[in-house]
Amino acid sequence: MNWQAIALSLKLAVCVAAILLAAGLPLAYWVTFSRWRWKFLVEGIVALPIVLPPTVLGYYILVGLGPRHLGGQIWQSLFGHTLPFTFAGLLVASVLYSLPFAVQPFAAGFEAVDRHLIEASWTLGASRLATFFRVILPLSAAGAVTGVVLSFAHTIGEFGVVLMVGGNIPGVTRTVSIDIYDQVQAANYDAANRTAMALLAFSFLTLAVIYGTNRRALSIWRRP
Amino acid sequence: MRNRIRTARSISYCAGLFALVFVISLRTRCASAKLQSGAKPCGTVTVAAASDLTYALNEIAANFQKATGCAVRLSLGSSGNFLTQIENGAPFDVLFSADLAYPLKLEARGLAVPGSTYLYAIGKIVLWTREGSRVDVTQGFSALRDIRIKKIAIANPEHAPYGRAAEEALRRSGVYESVKGRLVLGENISQAAEFVESGNADAGIVALSLTLSPAMRDKGRSWIIPENLYTPIQQGVVIVRAAANPQGAQQLLDYIKTPATAALLERYGFVLPARIPAARTP
Repeated sequence: MNWQAIALSLKLAVCVAAILLAAGLPLAYWVTFSRWRWKFLVEGIVALPIVLPPTVLGYYILVGLGPRHLGGQIWQSLFGHTLPFTFAGLLVASVLYSLPFAVQPFAAGFEAVDRHLIEASWTLGASRLATFFRVILPLSAAGAVTGVVLSFAHTIGEFGVVLMVGGNIPGVTRTVSIDIYDQVQAANYDAANRTAMALLAFSFLTLAVIYGTNRRALSIWRRP
Repeated sequence: MRNRIRTARSISYCAGLFALVFVISLRTRCASAKLQSGAKPCGTVTVAAASDLTYALNEIAANFQKATGCAVRLSLGSSGNFLTQIENGAPFDVLFSADLAYPLKLEARGLAVPGSTYLYAIGKIVLWTREGSRVDVTQGFSALRDIRIKKIAIANPEHAPYGRAAEEALRRSGVYESVKGRLVLGENISQAAEFVESGNADAGIVALSLTLSPAMRDKGRSWIIPENLYTPIQQGVVIVRAAANPQGAQQLLDYIKTPATAALLERYGFVLPARIPAARTP
């Protein structure tokens, strides 16, 4: 079994979930509470990765952000390298690709919070930030957990984008899904089977544990 | 009254839609009938081919169709992937592998028509950079020691024959250790070429046949890697035992053996098996 690939996938998924937690919460807050009339355009952009095949994102990262185009040249001058074939590249691709899987559950959670409680908090003198952390977020914890879990899981399961822009470098971009693909191509069915089985068991366990605790978390928060 | 008008309008919309669908289906049916009437009964040959044949085989397929009337449905990818797919019942009639071992493996497992494996060409590899690259590859592998070359694309040596040859050539020429950390692996030889072509990799070892294609011919510079640096990349074709169209498959195989096809393959940088009779028997 390729532990290096498994470790890499875990690292990628943890990073993506952390970034999406940090960036997704404010974005979801804005999407939920903004009254801007063109808000739907932003919602549309956030949801794009659900509709688009990974090849579209992969293509734009490879070619649009490649050294022959402006976007890639800007990136190169800032960071000294282009995105494809790097861990940073996979990170950027995965964050974009998993964005709706974090933002939508977050926003759904915020949406479900009783507006009266938020307004009561404001009238009692709590700032918007304090209201967010002490009223909105605790009441929508289930949505937040779901968003983090889904973005984590979605990154573990990512394949198409990585295949297009990864370059299959061991320890850098050879994620576990790519490793399984390679093993199948090389007709090493035993190796493929072992890794696939491990991934299957791991994914199921993670989801089971998190859904299990999530339910308890829910009941804790809902108790008055 | 207004309701009735609305109903009438929606009925006419529906009727219009139906008419449109009917006309479209009629047209496609006519088109396919026309195709069939011009064709001999051999129908369509479904072909899986290694991606080094991307350009050459499209041309061969067009010529084959003109000559025999058989249509060719072409899937391009990595030989290893097709091997796995055929082992698991993929509906291909013919496999063009970038490796002689895969067709023979299929034969040995009873999944290909016995004795149908044919060595149709030998592939060559080149070191390739995009036009405008600061590094001059025409001086050979020593150019790869240049630290300005940050990424070097090859096909995955684990399952792509061209990748295996690339790695072997790098090892035998003694530069492997210095380039090892800079290698990026394409899923097949076309992807390795795409990595270089898009500028994301600074150099690559790709199939000569790809660099001679109209799409890449004027876009870069290449250095043909000496043949003594790697085991010949023997290209084998085989008829799949479960072929849905065995006659068509045989016709295509016969067509591959014609001098016209051989000349075309040679034009795409393949070495012909006739030139190397020793390699004929695997």
